Amino acid sequence: MGDHHHGPAKGLSRWLFTTNHKDIGTMYLWFSFAMFILGGFFAMVIRAELFQPGMQLVEPAFFNQMTTLHGLVMVFGAIMPSFVGLANWLIPMMIGAPDMALPRMNNWSFWILPPTFLLLASTLFMEGGAPAFGWTFYAPLSTTYAPPSVTFFIFSVHVLGLSSIMGSINIIATVMNMRAPGMTYMKMPLFVWTWLITAFLLVAVMPVLAGAVTMMLMDIHFGTSFFSAAGGGDPVLFQHVFWFFGHPEVYIIILPAFGVVSQIIPAFSRKPLFGYDSMVYATASIAFLSFIVWAHHMYTVGMPVAGELFFMYATMLIAVPTGVKVFNWVTTMWRGALTFETPMLFCIGFLVLFTIGGFTGLMLSIAPSDFQYHDSYFVVAHFHYVMVAGAVFSMSAAVYYWLPKWCGKMYNEAMGKTHFWISFIGFNLTFFPQHFVGLAGMPRRIPDYALQFADFNMMSSIGAFIYGASQILFLYNVIATIVAGKPVSDDKVWEGAEGLEWTVPTPAPYHTFETPPRIDPDHVHS
Amino acid sequence: MIRVSANPAIDTVIKLVTVAVAMFAFVFVVMVPLYNVLCDALGINGKTSGQAYTAVQAGVDESREVTVQFVATNNEGMPWEFGPSTTAMKVHPGAVNDTVFHARNPLPRAMVAQAIPSVSPARAAEYFHKTECFCFNQQPLDGESAAEMPLQFIVDQDLPRDIRTITLSYTIFDVTDMASGAVAAR
Repeated sequence: MGDHHHGPAKGLSRWLFTTNHKDIGTMYLWFSFAMFILGGFFAMVIRAELFQPGMQLVEPAFFNQMTTLHGLVMVFGAIMPSFVGLANWLIPMMIGAPDMALPRMNNWSFWILPPTFLLLASTLFMEGGAPAFGWTFYAPLSTTYAPPSVTFFIFSVHVLGLSSIMGSINIIATVMNMRAPGMTYMKMPLFVWTWLITAFLLVAVMPVLAGAVTMMLMDIHFGTSFFSAAGGGDPVLFQHVFWFFGHPEVYIIILPAFGVVSQIIPAFSRKPLFGYDSMVYATASIAFLSFIVWAHHMYTVGMPVAGELFFMYATMLIAVPTGVKVFNWVTTMWRGALTFETPMLFCIGFLVLFTIGGFTGLMLSIAPSDFQYHDSYFVVAHFHYVMVAGAVFSMSAAVYYWLPKWCGKMYNEAMGKTHFWISFIGFNLTFFPQHFVGLAGMPRRIPDYALQFADFNMMSSIGAFIYGASQILFLYNVIATIVAGKPVSDDKVWEGAEGLEWTVPTPAPYHTFETPPRIDPDHVHS
Repeated sequence: MIRVSANPAIDTVIKLVTVAVAMFAFVFVVMVPLYNVLCDALGINGKTSGQAYTAVQAGVDESREVTVQFVATNNEGMPWEFGPSTTAMKVHPGAVNDTVFHARNPLPRAMVAQAIPSVSPARAAEYFHKTECFCFNQQPLDGESAAEMPLQFIVDQDLPRDIRTITLSYTIFDVTDMASGAVAAR
């Protein structure tokens, strides 16, 4: 037993060889923040170019590389690893397990990520430039007309897919096998539930993405014609395969965010989550529906009317379980003893802005009107409302909520609230005007635009700089907390917090739950 | 059942790895063929059959005429001169019709081309039968030479009556690199 109680190893080897879920979670979180800054920098280049009409700062080819890398880095480098980091830190502590089920694989699934993104970023300095075909890399742009660096891009996607699959297998194996005695499925915290379902989605669709890039690789280098009409293939096939992965992918991004919000809103409402069971069923329904709606991303590709109708109605159906969730969160707050600490502010911001993004999603789901919105800034506004205000806001909430438990120190509340309000204003200033320019016909992914869009674009750019700057404040607040924050010693950092992670000492020791906790059979989950 | 491993998580891992591998295979074994089958069956994208049609039509519907238009396009970077001998024909459903497309390779080297057909309106694709078509095969041409490429087709008698014009479009692709082995064999 004695050997098990040692603390972390010293120096760099601690991080290289660690199999501790908390260490790995920490590395995931820092890595994803670094990627968030990198992807944010690409976004700043985009917004700087669009500050005024006409060509200002960068060449169109470089602009295309920026939009492509911004999307790829944010989706695969920032948002997904950040939630994997959160899962590593929290799932074992929430279900009363000593660690993840497969600690060595856990180490691998993290450590193959940084070299992969280094490789992807290095394409910027290659001859012909970085991939410039958009994060959706439609063939033939990404095959026949791709820069030579596309092969490095394909390899990166393969490796990060492998990392995601290993991470999800680990999460499923942990949740299915390592719950403390008495922790039945319907007693798990909702964050664990949403991650379990997310992990199943990842195992199902990351191989499809790998298949799509493998077909690209074969078309480019081995003379096949999956996506080339000349050899009997069809470029439209690419879009079907990509979105068969791509639509579940958007729920992979948002479901863990739903889980975070479902943990935090009850804590600051001092009430149990309203409708726990319906939350679980709604999450599962969303996951199922995500597999049968992919073609709503490609209404304009020339589908039969019956197909358009099917995908339109199936897409609208998703509003039902999503609505259940939104109403449950609102009802949880109803008549609660509310306080508005920074995590709660970010959750309420999430709730308001994600709902707006949901409504614009419904507008886009209507096939006949989508022909007007397709590939316009309206789409850009829509998915930033669900990705940024959905995933990034909830991730910020999660960091503020659990940071005191992780490092045993309290962040600066005033600075946290300032971060929230600057983010909230900056975000809306950036993306709300994009609804208008999109409806008026401004296409996405173009470095120049017609004069009538100038004012709204300038507002967007100013908002983006404000939002970007607010993240520096966030970084400063987190570092200041770790270095010199006010120590907290209560196990339960927040008065209303519920769950096993709040029963361990603060800061969370290196090893927790080496003997599983007893779960009160009558205990109602938070 | 005796567990091979002491760690029960290993069973879960084996199942999940199987799912991941199966999903990878699913893309190639199911999605790609299914897409092609569905497009052929439903005539999506104006795809016409890649095989010669064996005539089973009895009689010719003299009561109506359908205009068939021919369009030819060169894919980017394809230097051939390529076009139909007539741009439009009036035909009776059920009748067998012949026409030719001209192609000339202006470059001094031998090349191989592939023509890909598409029918508009897409609804008409399944009623447009080709009994003989240059598009069924790749077309090799020596440098600075020309050829006539035949097309024989039947418009199905079941063609919906509201369709009075069918446009048959060919895009010609340079497949010399892909077919280099095949050229050597000829």
